[in-house]
Amino acid sequence: MSPTEPRTPATPASLSRPRGEWLRKLPLISHLRQSVGLQRGMLAAGTIVTLAFILTAILAPVIAPFGYSQISDADGSFPAQAAPGGKHLWGTTVGGYDVFSRTLWGAQTAVTVIVVSVILSLVAGVLLGLFSGYLGGWVDRILVVIADAIYAFPSLLLAIVMSIVIGHGQSGFWSGVAACAISITVVFVPQYFRVIRAETIRLKAEPFVESAKVVGASPWRIMGRHIFSNATRTLPLIFTLNSSEAILTLAGLGFLGFGIEPTSAAEWGYDLNKAMSDVSSGIWWTGVFPGAAIVLTVLGLTLVGESMNDLNDPRLRGRKRAGKGSAKQRTAVPAGGVDSKEATA
Amino acid sequence: MSAAAKHVDATRSTDGPVLEISHLDVTFATDGGDVPAVKDVSLQVRPGEVLAIVGESGSGKTVTARTVLGLLPETATSQGVVLVNGRDVVSVSPAELRKIRGRDVAMVFQEPSTALNPVFTVGWQIAEGLRAHSRDGHRMSRKEAREKAVEALRKVGIPDPETRVDYYPHQLSGGQKQRVVIAAALALNPGLIVADEPTTALDVTVQAEILDLLRELRDQYGTSIVLITHNMGVVADLADRVVVMYRGDVVEEAPVRTLFAEPKQDYTKDLLAAVPHLGRDSASEGATERLRQGGKVLVEARNLGISFPGRFGRAGFTAVDGVSFTISEREVFGLVGESGSGKSTIGRAIAGLNRITGGSLTVFGHEMNGFKERDFKPLRKDIGFVFQDPAASFNPHLTIGECIAEPLLIHRKPSAADARRRVGELLESVQLPSSYAGRYPHELSGGQRQRASLARSLALNPPLVIADEPTSALDVSVQAKVLELFRELQEEYGFAALFISHDLAVVDMLSHWVGVLHRGHLVEQGIGSQVMGQPSQDYTKRLIASLPVPDPDEQARRREAHRDLLQG
Repeated sequence: MSPTEPRTPATPASLSRPRGEWLRKLPLISHLRQSVGLQRGMLAAGTIVTLAFILTAILAPVIAPFGYSQISDADGSFPAQAAPGGKHLWGTTVGGYDVFSRTLWGAQTAVTVIVVSVILSLVAGVLLGLFSGYLGGWVDRILVVIADAIYAFPSLLLAIVMSIVIGHGQSGFWSGVAACAISITVVFVPQYFRVIRAETIRLKAEPFVESAKVVGASPWRIMGRHIFSNATRTLPLIFTLNSSEAILTLAGLGFLGFGIEPTSAAEWGYDLNKAMSDVSSGIWWTGVFPGAAIVLTVLGLTLVGESMNDLNDPRLRGRKRAGKGSAKQRTAVPAGGVDSKEATA
Repeated sequence: MSAAAKHVDATRSTDGPVLEISHLDVTFATDGGDVPAVKDVSLQVRPGEVLAIVGESGSGKTVTARTVLGLLPETATSQGVVLVNGRDVVSVSPAELRKIRGRDVAMVFQEPSTALNPVFTVGWQIAEGLRAHSRDGHRMSRKEAREKAVEALRKVGIPDPETRVDYYPHQLSGGQKQRVVIAAALALNPGLIVADEPTTALDVTVQAEILDLLRELRDQYGTSIVLITHNMGVVADLADRVVVMYRGDVVEEAPVRTLFAEPKQDYTKDLLAAVPHLGRDSASEGATERLRQGGKVLVEARNLGISFPGRFGRAGFTAVDGVSFTISEREVFGLVGESGSGKSTIGRAIAGLNRITGGSLTVFGHEMNGFKERDFKPLRKDIGFVFQDPAASFNPHLTIGECIAEPLLIHRKPSAADARRRVGELLESVQLPSSYAGRYPHELSGGQRQRASLARSLALNPPLVIADEPTSALDVSVQAKVLELFRELQEEYGFAALFISHDLAVVDMLSHWVGVLHRGHLVEQGIGSQVMGQPSQDYTKRLIASLPVPDPDEQARRREAHRDLLQG
């Protein structure tokens, strides 16, 4: 036998591509498959909480017994500050809103704001980061200075300023959501910008980018085809971590009175604000439920983000001890294995 | 010294082997399941012996050596017995293991610039090991440790050790840094040194010095050395006995002369046959004048200078200075030099990746001084480039087929079917099955990736190919095949090539005309076989003398013959 290159033994997975392989490569799913022990527990718990949050948002119109701005039904007006029980599962607020319904509808607002703000900041941050990192020069320097300047502002203050500028005090559902989303976007763009710019600068020196350059590829082609796909690896991670921060910023805005009016959408921060005066009179349910919703959602998203962070790093990733339970192999990532022999004489 | 000497005597009095490994198994837990790295390995090292463990990457040689010091990562589990001076390292407690490390066995790492901590002086780093081991119940004083450090530096031949002991690592050259690492390993007079590729990161002239030093240590202090290497020349130069490993198994074990003269196993035979041997199989054998002339001159450099701007307030760095050469059609021009000699910079300048700052460089008649990407772009299709590291030169998110098709898509804009057909042809011309087009780079081995890289560089049938160290990231047997393929393709397609390498033997195998670079200057150029056979410049002579040949007897003769030259 000729001395062939050593390589890991062929795994069936590397020989034939089973259908649905792309599914297993999706960020969250691949992470779940390769995790073990406590890391897996944390990730699973976070995923379940987050899924519950998203499902609530989607199904809010079905689950919620009343609308978010409903204060009366066929039987007449709702009682104000009614204790939990009976028709109003979690009680009612001073304005007569049903707490249970508003908490459920609040999930919908939160999801909308997260999706809009994260998409906006992703697009802007990634594009700016790619150009800035790849082209360099004075464009890069100016963008970095602006990003640093935005960093220097307290994010909530910035969000308040933006919501005043954008909202002009009016608030429909979409204008309220847009105001919140854009103010959150302004806070988050520098983060995406920085991450993508750093990755781009690193990748710019990689031989595969140079080999594209030598072949005569244009800068646009290099950025779009070679750098973009490689620079976005860490995005799911920042995405989840930022989502939880976006919720906190939204709740903070609502709490300070810059949020969305109760007649246009339900918003946890606003409800918390209105519940403040209830606390001293022993009315706990108006504050506890929206507050718990914020805590749970943020916790869920953070758990997902942090576990993905650990799992992305091979040094932090837990593995089963070798030699134990090797019968059931966990083949999450194809082991870079190559099968056939060096195909030469 | 006397205390240390006594200590050495005490440990050596047993007269048994210094290191005894029996039935060692090491398994790694990875994402892809358990991977056995070392399978049932047994070997012994006697006092004063140099045992070389050779093998290609992934053969388990480094893992075996690291087990001796208990330096395996957390994901590894080891079974078996590793006796260092009669104590089992595998089962011993961490505290006991710390005592054994440094005192009974020490390690020399591959890359001296990362093995030393840049924020401490070298003296401090040597003393750290000394002070970690208490003798007779008390710690060594700082002053005493410093004296010992000076002594250790003197032992490894660092000039003026009293001053150098206060130097920081960045103030020393690569070879001196490796000497410091060896000094730190020697500080407590361990009976055994494990040297993991101690010369791989070093230039060939520095390598010769370090090998000399290791040999002296063995001769003077009777230190046993376990030498991990993939370089058969180093083995021939230093080892007494050789263990050949392949995929975690010991394939063959023999004294060095026997192994090189009569290898028993097929694997060993093939491995030895694949090692390039200076002076054999030269591309320009028997040539008396420059081959392949008369055609068009594709590249002409006249007084070429390339310098990189310095940081603010500092002078720039001149990488290439006053270099003149030509590359004609169908000719392979070999460029050799040590690291930092500017050989890659020249190759990159021809491909338009570096700007030139002085003299003139014409590529297909296009002047590169005053380079503008827009003017040069049409010429890019005429230049193929093969990069050093095949793993990094492919976009991991694209399939091999997409990568190879890229030059076609940019310059010719063929239909999808045409591109696919051409990719298939190209893959077959580099002896890869055309079905590999659908694979991702990480699914190929190093050698296969470098073939694919060759295919990409040839996609547009360029008249000129620049190969920048195309085989130095590959194992020796794979290197032999890739070189053979390169030679065949060059004959078949008739492209001119600039072949850049630090390995003289490799360059000689392929090149008709060879240039030797030293610190940015082209010190010598000529017909390959003549430059390698009768070098005229001192630097070239020293370079060739430093290169260990894979034959113990010939290497011993060469070593004696060149002793004066090397020390000069």
